[in-house]
Amino acid sequence: MKNVLGRDIPAEFLTAGREVFQGQYYRDGYTYTKHAPRVNAQVKPGKDKLLPDIEAVVRATGLQDGMTISFHHHLRDGDYIVNMVMKVIHELGIKDLTVCASSLGKAHDYLVPCIEDGTVTNISTSGIRDEIGEAVSAGKLKNPAIIRSHGGRARAIEDGTVKIDVAFIGAATSDPYGNASGKGGKADTGVLSYMAGDAQYADKVVIITDTLVSSPNFPASIEGVDVDYVVQVDAIGDPHKIATGALRLTSDTRELLMAKNAAKCMYYSGFFKDGFSFQTGAGGPSLATTIFLKEFMDQANVKCGWAMGGITEPIVDLFKAGYIHNLLDDQAFDLASVASAHTDPKHFEISASQYANPFNKGAFVNQLDFVILGALEVDVDFNVNVVQGSNGLLQGAPGGHPDTAAGATVTIIVAPLIRSRIATVRTAVTSVTTPGESIDIVVTDYGVAVNPKRTDLLAAFKDTNIPLKSIETLRDLAYEYAGEPKDIEFEDQVVALVEYRDGTFIDAIKKPKWLN
Amino acid sequence: MTPERLRRTMIFLNTQRAALVKDAFVYQPDCVIFDLEDAVAQREKDAARIQLYHTLKDLDYQGIERWVRINALDSDLFQEDIRAAVAGGAEGIRLPKTETAEDVQMVADLVDQAEVAFNRPVGTTMVMAALESPLAILNAYEIATSSPRLMGIALSAGDYTRTMHAKRTVKGLELFGARSQLLLAARAAGVMAFDTVYTDTDDPQGFIDEVKMIRDLGFDGKSCISPKQIGITHDIFTPDPKEVLHAQHVIQAVQANEAKGVGVLTVDGKMVDIAWVEGAKRTLKLAKAAGSYRGDLV
Repeated sequence: MKNVLGRDIPAEFLTAGREVFQGQYYRDGYTYTKHAPRVNAQVKPGKDKLLPDIEAVVRATGLQDGMTISFHHHLRDGDYIVNMVMKVIHELGIKDLTVCASSLGKAHDYLVPCIEDGTVTNISTSGIRDEIGEAVSAGKLKNPAIIRSHGGRARAIEDGTVKIDVAFIGAATSDPYGNASGKGGKADTGVLSYMAGDAQYADKVVIITDTLVSSPNFPASIEGVDVDYVVQVDAIGDPHKIATGALRLTSDTRELLMAKNAAKCMYYSGFFKDGFSFQTGAGGPSLATTIFLKEFMDQANVKCGWAMGGITEPIVDLFKAGYIHNLLDDQAFDLASVASAHTDPKHFEISASQYANPFNKGAFVNQLDFVILGALEVDVDFNVNVVQGSNGLLQGAPGGHPDTAAGATVTIIVAPLIRSRIATVRTAVTSVTTPGESIDIVVTDYGVAVNPKRTDLLAAFKDTNIPLKSIETLRDLAYEYAGEPKDIEFEDQVVALVEYRDGTFIDAIKKPKWLN
Repeated sequence: MTPERLRRTMIFLNTQRAALVKDAFVYQPDCVIFDLEDAVAQREKDAARIQLYHTLKDLDYQGIERWVRINALDSDLFQEDIRAAVAGGAEGIRLPKTETAEDVQMVADLVDQAEVAFNRPVGTTMVMAALESPLAILNAYEIATSSPRLMGIALSAGDYTRTMHAKRTVKGLELFGARSQLLLAARAAGVMAFDTVYTDTDDPQGFIDEVKMIRDLGFDGKSCISPKQIGITHDIFTPDPKEVLHAQHVIQAVQANEAKGVGVLTVDGKMVDIAWVEGAKRTLKLAKAAGSYRGDLV
C-alpha cells in the first residue's frame, strides 16, 4: 500500500493496527493507553541487588527465547556493553531475540554472528551502519529491522509497540541499589537520556557499571526504584572512544560557507529573537554554524534561551560565555559537554521522551525555533534520507532528525550538493527518513533552496544576500556535474522498515541486488 | 577601454586540479585566475591547458571574471596558453614576470591573432601585467600605458623581494616602494592596481592587517590563494554604513545643486565639491557589491 509520499509499504507489514505514513501531524490528538511493565515488588529489606557477573544477571532476569532486550548508545563507539551481554546470551543459546537499541554502530559488531545464527531475529534501532548495516542490508536478519528516530523509540516504548523484557543499562556509576548516573566513573557519558523510558517501562532493569559508589548516587539518571539487578564489570567502555576530545571546528572553507549561509537563514528568518531556541548536530557544517551564530547574536543583540540535543563543546562555550541561557542535553558528544552536564546548574539532562516523543503531552522539539540537520540525500519534494546510502546500503541514523524537523519552526538542512561524485540533491531520495513537509530550507555549497510552502521565509530572504535557488535548479546543477544517478535495483525482500515518529511506516527498504 | 567592474579578489586556482576548477565560483570571488604557470608541474602543462579550455568552455562561472595566468615569455609555452585561453573565451590573460611595455605588446599581438583565429570579438580579451622585478617596477608607467587591452597591473612579491635582496616580512615594509610606485603608475595611466598574495593562510590577522593597509593605500584588490581570504577581503573593502550614507548625501547634494550652478557645498558638516562624486560613487559600488547598498545612485 502506498503512503502519502507514494512509498510502497507491503501489506504484510500493516497488521496489528499498523498504518502507512499519512502526514507529519496525522496522529495529533491520538488517544492511547500507556504500556505498563510487570514489576516484581521488593518488599523485604536487605535483599541484595548486586549479582556477580553478566551470566548470573541474564539468568536472574529469566531471559528466554523470543524476548526483547534493550541497550543504549551513550557509550558510542567505546561501548563494551552490547557485545559483553550478547556473548553471554549467545553462549547460553537463547534464540529469537529482539534487540531494541537506541542506536547501533561499529562497537556492536558481535550482533552480526547473532543475526546470522538466529540469536537475534529482530532489531529496532536508530543507527544502522558498518557491519550490522551490511548484514541487515543483505537480508541476513530474519525479520526487517525497524528504523526508529529517538522520539519514535520513546513513543514505541510508552505506547507498547515495543515491550521490553529486559533493559541492560550501562552506567558510568551506580550505587548497589541501582541509582545510576552517566556522571563520574571510568566511562563518563554525562547523561543517560535514552534509557529513562527503558528503566520505567521494561519488565526487568539491569544496571551494568564499572564504578560502584556508595548510596545514594544522586542525582540519579536511572532511579534504584526501577532497577532489579546491578552488576559490576571491569569496564563498561573505552573512554577514548566514548567522547572525542575537542571536536575540531572545521577549517574547510566550503563547510564554513554553508555554515555561514545557514546562520544567515536563521538571522533573517524573522524568528531570530531574544530567547530563541535551537539545535545543531555534531557534523562539520552544523558545528560551524555556532561560530557564525555568535556573530549574528551580537549583531541582533539577542541571546538564546536554550539549546538542545547532542551537546558539543562549541555549544558549551557559547553557554559559558552567556550567549545561551540553558542547555537541554540528551547526549554528550565530547569531553567538554560530558564535563558540563549536571555540573552547571543550567545544563539539564532530559529524557528521550522529553526531547522528542510525539505522543507525550508536548516534547521540547515542539518548542524549537531552529534546527540544523544534515542529509545523505534530499529530493525535489524536500524529502530527506539520512539512513540509506546512495548504493542502497543501510549506513546512517535518523537520530532526532524527523522529530526535530517536525517540531521546529525553521528546519534547515545543510549538505554539500555533491559528495564524492554522487548528487546529494536529486529527483527522488533512495528512501525517506524525514518528509519534505518538515523541511523548510536546504543549504548547499551551490545555493540555498527554500520550500515554496514557506512563503514567509521566501519573503524574509528576498532582499538579503542569501544565494537563493530553487530546489530543482540545485538538482539540475548536481546532475550537470555528477550525472543523473541510475536507479539501484532491489530484490523484493524488505530488509528494513523506516518507522515515522508516530509509528506509521514512511518507507520500506529492500535488499539491493548487487549484494547477491 | 576595459570593462569597469569591482575586482577586489582574484583567486589563483591550480588548473591541473579538476575538483578545484569545477566550481570555485561557490566562494564568490570577483575574479578567478586559472593558473598555467607556477602551480602546474612541467610535465602536466599540456593536460592543464586542455583542462583550462574545457573549464572555460563548459562551466558556468556565474558572472565571475575568468583570467588565465599564462607561462612566462621566456618559456615555449605561452603562445599555446594564449590560444587556449582565447579559444575558451577567458575574459583576460595575466602575464607573469612582465618587464617592459614590449612584453605586453607582444602578448597583445598574439591575443589579436588568437581572437581572429577562434572567432572571438577582436579587442575583447583583456591583459593584466604582473610586475615581479625591480626593472618592472621602474617601467611600471610604460607597462600600464602599453596597450588598450591592459586592464591593470599587479605586484608579485616573491620574485621582487628576492631580486631586491629584501626579506619578506609580515608588516611589508620591504614592499612599500614597489607598492607605491605601482599605484602611482596605475593611477596615472588610469588602470587598476592589485596587490600581491599573502602566503600564510593560517595567519588570518596578518592577512587582515595587510588587506586593510593596501585598501588604505588605494589598491583595487588583492590576489588570493585560499578561499578563506575572499570573504575577509570583501568585508574589508566594504564601506561601513556611515561612509555609505555620506556617499549618498554627497552624490544627492551635488546633483541637486548642479542645476543651480553651485560647485561647492556642505554635506554632513564637511565641505565637498564635484571632485568628491567619483570617490562617493566608488564607495557606493563597493557597498552595492557587498549587499549593504541597494539604491540606484550607481
